[in-house]
Amino acid sequence: MTTNTTAHESHLATTTGLDHRKLLMWLFLASECLFFGALIATFLLYKDASVVGPKPHEILNIPVTSTSTFVLLTSSLAMVLALAAVQRSDVVSARFWIFATAFLGATFLGFQVYEFYEFVIHGLTPKTNVFGASFFTLTGFHGAHVTVGVIWLMSLFFYSFKHGLPAEKSLDVELMGLYWHFVDIVWVVIFTVVYLIGSLEPPAT
Amino acid sequence: MATAVGAFGGADHAASKSGVWSWITTVDHKRIGILYGVTAVTFFLIGGFEALLIRLQLAEAESTLIAAGLFNQLFTMHALTMIFLAIMPLGAAFFNFIVPLQIGARDVAFPRLNALSYWLFLFGALLLNSSFIFGGAPDVGWFAYANLTALEYSPSSAVDFFALGMLVLGVSSLAAALNFIITILNMRAPGMTLMRMPVFTWMTLVVSFLLVFALPILTVGLVQLLFWREFGMPFFSAEAGADPLLWQHIFWLFGHPEVYILILPAMGIVSEILPTYSRKPLFGYSTVVFAGVAIGFMGFAVWAHHMFTVGLGSIALAAFSASTMLIAVPTGIKIFNWIATLWGGSIQFTTAMLFALGFVALFVIGGLSGVMHASPPVDTQQQDTYFVVAHPHYVLFGGSIMGLFGGIYYWFPKMTGRLLSEGWGKLHFWLMFIGMNVTFGPMHLVGIDGMPRRINTYDESMGWELLNQIETVGAFIIALSVVVFLVNFFKSVKSGEPAGDDPWDGRTLEWSIASPPPEYNFARIPVVHSNEPLWDQKHPELKHDAPPVIAGGADEGAEESIHMPNPSYWPIVVAFGTALAAGLVIVNPWLASIGAVIGVLGIYGWVFEPAGPEHH
Repeated sequence: MTTNTTAHESHLATTTGLDHRKLLMWLFLASECLFFGALIATFLLYKDASVVGPKPHEILNIPVTSTSTFVLLTSSLAMVLALAAVQRSDVVSARFWIFATAFLGATFLGFQVYEFYEFVIHGLTPKTNVFGASFFTLTGFHGAHVTVGVIWLMSLFFYSFKHGLPAEKSLDVELMGLYWHFVDIVWVVIFTVVYLIGSLEPPAT
Repeated sequence: MATAVGAFGGADHAASKSGVWSWITTVDHKRIGILYGVTAVTFFLIGGFEALLIRLQLAEAESTLIAAGLFNQLFTMHALTMIFLAIMPLGAAFFNFIVPLQIGARDVAFPRLNALSYWLFLFGALLLNSSFIFGGAPDVGWFAYANLTALEYSPSSAVDFFALGMLVLGVSSLAAALNFIITILNMRAPGMTLMRMPVFTWMTLVVSFLLVFALPILTVGLVQLLFWREFGMPFFSAEAGADPLLWQHIFWLFGHPEVYILILPAMGIVSEILPTYSRKPLFGYSTVVFAGVAIGFMGFAVWAHHMFTVGLGSIALAAFSASTMLIAVPTGIKIFNWIATLWGGSIQFTTAMLFALGFVALFVIGGLSGVMHASPPVDTQQQDTYFVVAHPHYVLFGGSIMGLFGGIYYWFPKMTGRLLSEGWGKLHFWLMFIGMNVTFGPMHLVGIDGMPRRINTYDESMGWELLNQIETVGAFIIALSVVVFLVNFFKSVKSGEPAGDDPWDGRTLEWSIASPPPEYNFARIPVVHSNEPLWDQKHPELKHDAPPVIAGGADEGAEESIHMPNPSYWPIVVAFGTALAAGLVIVNPWLASIGAVIGVLGIYGWVFEPAGPEHH
C-alpha cells in the first residue's frame, strides 16, 4: 500500500526477520482467501439451484475461458521476469515486463467483458437466477482484483520513468508480484470449480 | 514536523503538539488510542441511552411510550452500537495505547494505516447513526436476517445503512487487525519471545487473527445483501431457488468469532490486573495463552449453534452442540487459572481489581447459561426468549464491559499521568455490579416464563410486569453508575492526583516509562529476559536464573537519534472518501463515484508522501 518506508524502518531489523510490508501483504492475502472462499461456497450452493435457465452447463464456454486463463497465467510469468529484472537493476527490461504483465491482465479483462456480454445476450444476467447472481459476483470480484492490479502495475510503470526502479526498491515490485500471483491462483481455483466442475451436467434426479 | 529526539532524552517539543489539527493528522499510536477510547465511550453513552428508552417502554404492560417502529430501531441500534461502536473500539483503544508499550516498541508497524483505521471507524459510526436522521435507522435486528431485509419487507434505506455502515467499519477493523499482528510479530523488544509476551498482548494477537479471518466472510454477506437490494440479484429470494439460510450461515460464521473478538481483550486485561493486585505472577501463564489461542480456533467451529432451530439435521446439531460445549473447556481453564492466581496472594482491592473480580464472577454466570444453550433441546425451549437476552448481556456487559472498565482504571494513570479517585471508582463499581445483576438477572426468569425478545409491549395478563419493572430500575442504576464514572473521569483529568510512573507496582514494560509516555515511548529499547520484566528488575532477589532487566537500558540504538513518523492528513482524506462513497450509494450508486475518486486520490497522495524523515 505504501511505496515509501520510513527511513528508520528500512534498516531496522524486525523480530521475525520479515519486512513489515511483506508480512502485511501475506496476511492481507490470507484474509482474501476467506473472501473468495465465501464467494465460491455461495456459487457451489447455487450453481444448480436455479428454477429458471440458463444453467451453467448450457452457457459456459470452456474453450474461450481456457484461452483467457492461459493469458492470465502467462502474465504471472511476466511478473516473475519483471521482478528478476528489477533485482539486477535492469530498468529497461523491468519496465517492459511490468507493462507486459499489465497488458496481459488487461487482455484477460477484455475476455471477461466479452464473456459477460455474450452471457447477457444469451439471457443470463446477474438478476436472471441464483446461478447468474453468484457467478457474476464471484467472477466480477475477481475481475475487480485484476483491474486494481493493472492500475497498480501501470502506476509502477509510470513511476519508473520519474524515479527509476533501483534494486533497493525491488520490494515494491515484489509486493505487487505477491498480489498478482495470488489473483492468478484464485483464478485457477475459479476456473476449476466454476468452469470445469460447474459446467458438468448435473445428474438427473 | 518530524520530531527528532536525542537518545538520552531531551524531546524536541518545538513542533506543534496541540490543537485540533495535530489530532487530525496524528499518527502517534497513543493519541490514536485516546481518540478510540473517547469515541467509544461516547457511543457507549448513546447505546446506553437507547437501552434506557427500551427499558422505559417495557416497564409497564401495554405501554405506548415508544412506537413499535422506533422500538425496532432502538433495539437494533443498541446492539450495533454496543458491539461495533463501544466494546470493539474500546478494546482497540487499549490495543493502540498499551500493546506497543508492553512489547517495548516505539510505534506500531504502520502508523498512518493506524490513523486510517480510526478515521474509518469514526466515519462508519457516523454513517450508521446518521440513519436516524435520513430515512430511519436499521430496524431488522443486529443480524439482519433474510428475508426480513428484502426490499418488499424493508423498503426504507435502513438496511442499506446497516450494510454500508458495517462495510466501512469492517475495513477499519481489518486494517487495524493487520497492523497489530505485524506490530506484535515484528516489533518486539530483544528477548521478548512469544512466550514472554504479556497476556493482554497475546489476546490482542488472537483477536486480530480472528478479525482477519472473520471479517472477509461478513463482507461477502453484506455485498450479497446490497446486490440483492440494490440490483435485484436473487441471493436470498426463496422464490428464485435461493436459500435464505445462506445469510445465517455467512453471518454467524462471522458473528460467532465476533463474540470472542469482544471477550478476549477483556480476558487479556483481567489477566494483567489479577497478578498485579494479587502480587503474584499469573498462575499457569502458558496455559492461559494456549487456552486463548484454542478459543480463537474453536470460535470458528461453533457458529451453527445460533441456528439450532432452523432445521439443520441431527448430525449437524450433534456436531455443533459438541463443539460448543467443548469451547467451555479452554474458557474454564482460564477461570481456574485466574482463581489460582488469587489463591494465597496478598490481594489489594483497588477499583480495577474489583472490576476484574466482577468480570470473573459475572462471566462464569454468562458462560454457564451459554453451555445450556449448547444443548439443542434446551436451546429450542429458550429460543428467542429473554433468557437468550440475559446470556449475551452477562457475557458482554458482565464480561467485556466490566473487564474494559477494569482496564480503564488500571491504565488511566499511564495514559494521563493522573490517578482516578478510588472512592468514586468503588461507588461506580458497586452501582454497576448491582445494577447489572438487577437488570439482567430477572431476564432469566421472565425468559423461562416465555417472554419473547424484541417485542415492544406485552399483555398485562402475562404476569411479566413486575420483573420488567425491576429490570428497568436496574437499568437506571447502571446509568447512575456511568454518571459516577464520568464525574470521576472529568475530575481526574482536571485535577487528579499525580500517578507517577508505576503506581501499582506493575510487572510489565509499560510501567517502566514515564506517565504519560513520551512520544518515542522508550529512550532506549529494553532487553527482556522473562514475561514479567519490570517485576524481575525490581525484585532481583526473587529470580535467581534471570539476570536483571534494565528497561530502556539496551545499548543498541543508543548512538542514533530517534525518528518518529511525520503527521499526515491523508488517512482522514481516504477515510472520508470511503465513507462518502458508502453514504452516497444509498442515494444513488453512481453518485458514489465522487467519494471513490476522493478516496483514490487520497491513496495516491498517501503513497507518494514520505512517511518519516528522509535522513538522520
